[in-house]
Amino acid sequence: MLSGKEYVCLMQLHEDIAEQRIADTLAEFAGEIFQRPPLRASVKRAVRRRKIYSLDALEIDGRRVLFKVACQAGTYVRKVCSDIGEVLGCGAHMSELRRTRAGPFSEDRNLCSMYDLLNACDRWKVGKGEEELRAIIRPMEEAFEFIPKICIRDSAVDAICHGADLAVPGVVKLDQGIATNSSIVLMSLKAEAVALAKALMSTEQIVEQDHGIAAKTVRVIMPPGTYPSLWKKT
Amino acid sequence: MKRETVAKTEAETDEALGHDPYSRPMSLHIHFGMVNLDKPSGPSSHEVVAWVKRMLGLKHAGHGGTLDA
Repeated sequence: MLSGKEYVCLMQLHEDIAEQRIADTLAEFAGEIFQRPPLRASVKRAVRRRKIYSLDALEIDGRRVLFKVACQAGTYVRKVCSDIGEVLGCGAHMSELRRTRAGPFSEDRNLCSMYDLLNACDRWKVGKGEEELRAIIRPMEEAFEFIPKICIRDSAVDAICHGADLAVPGVVKLDQGIATNSSIVLMSLKAEAVALAKALMSTEQIVEQDHGIAAKTVRVIMPPGTYPSLWKKT
Repeated sequence: MKRETVAKTEAETDEALGHDPYSRPMSLHIHFGMVNLDKPSGPSSHEVVAWVKRMLGLKHAGHGGTLDA
């Protein structure tokens, strides 16, 4: 669900089909499906399994079918449409697609247009206030909403910013359910993102133990020097 | 999806260091910021990123993936 996507799709059937049959066939596609990425994809073209979490018709108007779909990242809705056409026997293609959610980003959360951004930016530049621009530009930490977090103490921050791995004594609090080898974010006590990391221990292990390496730093985000370097230098 | 947290220890943070993400001075807020942009279907995402960089005076900006048509 980390990078699940939601779309609204307009599909064009190539023949007239009874509404009930269309609705029934759409329902069949919820669950696990097989897909081979299309020719124009920049991804290896092996057949792969993808999950469709839900697929619901919104409107059926003759041969045009509007539906919404929630699916695993890497699912080609275009292919789902042509497969629905195959099952129905008449053929179908995707005519329009709008992504309504990608992970933590959805249409109903601070979505803005280019005009909104430009207007807010201009207002700030001429000194008419920065509230609009602040509302449109979100702290990057919001991108990590679904990723488990470990909060580290101030004295551990700069070492991480230099690429050091996180030792257990640096941990202040952490999310439940962190599994070994899972992707996590290391946060400061002010909820600033410090680095992306890979957990080398589970939540339980980190809580229980008093030494050892809790996580391997993968990608530093905070610039070094934001917090002073407080680790021992030889 | 809200996860439960477990506290391993108590610690305080020095308010003089770093910034609460919602109180960053504007230039830092922009530098460490992201926009949920409803990209029009005409321009490419590369073009849009270029416009945003110019608008905000940024040297670096990127996008998190758009729809292949």
